[in-house]
Amino acid sequence: MPIINVQNLSKQFKSLKAVDDITFSVNEGEVFGFLGPNGAGKTTTINILCTLLTPTGGSAEIAGHDCATQSDQVRAAIGLIFQDTTLDAGLTAYENLKFHAYLYNLDRRLTERRIDEMLSVVELQNRKHDLIKHFSGGMKRRLEIARGLLHYPRVLFLDEPTLGLDPQTRNTIWEFITTLRNKEKITVFMTTHYMDEAENCDRIAIIDHGRIIALDTPATLKQVVRGDVIHLVTADNKRAIAEIQRLFNITAREENNGLVLETEKGDEFIPTLIHSLPIRTVSVSLKKPTLNDVFLKLTGRTIRDDVLQDDRETTREFVRSHRRAQR
Amino acid sequence: MIQWRPVYVICLREFKKFFREKSRLLGTLARPVLWLFVVGNGMNSLIRPQVGFSYLQFIFPGMIGMTILFSSIFSSISIVWDREFGFMKEMLVAPISRLSIVIGKAVSGTAISVAQAIIILVLTPFLGIHLSFTQFIEVVAASVLVSFCITSLGILIAARLTSFDGFNIIMNFLVMPMLFLSGAMYPVTSMPVALRQLSLINPLTYGIDVFKHILLRNATPPLGPEFLLSVDLIIVAVFSIIMLTLAALSFRTKS
Repeated sequence: MPIINVQNLSKQFKSLKAVDDITFSVNEGEVFGFLGPNGAGKTTTINILCTLLTPTGGSAEIAGHDCATQSDQVRAAIGLIFQDTTLDAGLTAYENLKFHAYLYNLDRRLTERRIDEMLSVVELQNRKHDLIKHFSGGMKRRLEIARGLLHYPRVLFLDEPTLGLDPQTRNTIWEFITTLRNKEKITVFMTTHYMDEAENCDRIAIIDHGRIIALDTPATLKQVVRGDVIHLVTADNKRAIAEIQRLFNITAREENNGLVLETEKGDEFIPTLIHSLPIRTVSVSLKKPTLNDVFLKLTGRTIRDDVLQDDRETTREFVRSHRRAQR
Repeated sequence: MIQWRPVYVICLREFKKFFREKSRLLGTLARPVLWLFVVGNGMNSLIRPQVGFSYLQFIFPGMIGMTILFSSIFSSISIVWDREFGFMKEMLVAPISRLSIVIGKAVSGTAISVAQAIIILVLTPFLGIHLSFTQFIEVVAASVLVSFCITSLGILIAARLTSFDGFNIIMNFLVMPMLFLSGAMYPVTSMPVALRQLSLINPLTYGIDVFKHILLRNATPPLGPEFLLSVDLIIVAVFSIIMLTLAALSFRTKS
């Protein structure tokens, strides 16, 4: 039984089609990822799902409620963690959570217990009465996760949950998310443009220019790329190529003072290769295909921050000016 | 539809932040105190409007109006801060009506302005102005109405303001003219015709006139109240309701 159901959803900002006829569903308890470069339409989709934007075409439903017409029911069923922090820096951790509890009309006796429970989940119980302005980026993000979970939402939305955080904090956040979905029966919908993060999801939709270009498990998606890539440097590369062709019927090619060959299950193949090859091996390395390779294969481009940063700014500018024009 | 628990917690947040930010409290109070003690006393030696009636006493109702004006506009501008720092999103995605957010902001802005007006009233003995207990109560009651009116106007502006850049424009082209064209420092009737017309569409003019009805009861025109009390009250009340409705409506629109 899908908890999120999106049918032919579109969102047009004047001439820009931010979301272009997308259809997908997310099952209860799933960790679902939206992967794509900046400006691909991820945040627009999330904003429609969390009732901040009205779609220009199609429909979106969460827990059986229409996102466009039954906003209050949808809002009560979801928790949100945005790209940019939405905490009040002038309040304490406890006050931010209490504010949230009142907005979501939590039972008064339940509130205090829930706040303590959530603070311990994100390991911030000893900072309960500290002002947010003294918190680090990672602590703020953890507190936002605690706040997003405070009213026990059925779906938790995470828009670029680890953007701008250091790798160590990113790992901690991911540990939280994984423990969380094991403990609570919660559906997680997240967007990211980090390939390695997307691999933590049960299923991934790859989105580009407002369209879903692939949707599957990370493992299946990776099969789009033929196999693992082995890079080998030997004492005599020319002879090695000939030997590999003879022994394994694999065509290797010379590259960077070494040779490159593609094969499935490369990790299991390496010992056999080294053992049977009559030439001395100087070095060997194995590259597993990543979602980046998948994206490259599907779009002919890589997801890269520096190039696409401008792209996103343009879209944001566009959306802003569109909103201004509407007023 | 108004949900009262969100309204309550939005107010609670504003009060907490108001008392935490000492500089803001100091800033809004320093302005009227400077006007009363420095300008008021300085002008006293130049202008003697009536025997037994000083310039300082004349501008006192206007200074209460000024305190409310700045405090109310500042409170409602917090909406722009909230939007800029993202906190507004936390409220917008919660299962509460837009009207609850607007009412929460209006009630908290009003309460903070009234609190500051009361602080100014407490200073009156140092200025040689003596209020009766009834006058005190009446000024507080009128402050509630005027504060609510100006806060509603501020919320409507803040709802439409997309960035901080607009804030200075609002201060220079709206708040300062509203103060100068309100009868706070000189009677509206003594202004040139063009300026007088502008004063007549300024809600603060009628708000300050209410204070003049309470505080300058015995003064003769043009220094005393210039309009009928009933006219003042009706205009302020109607203006508040219109502003608040428009504010709630402009919050509701989403693209």
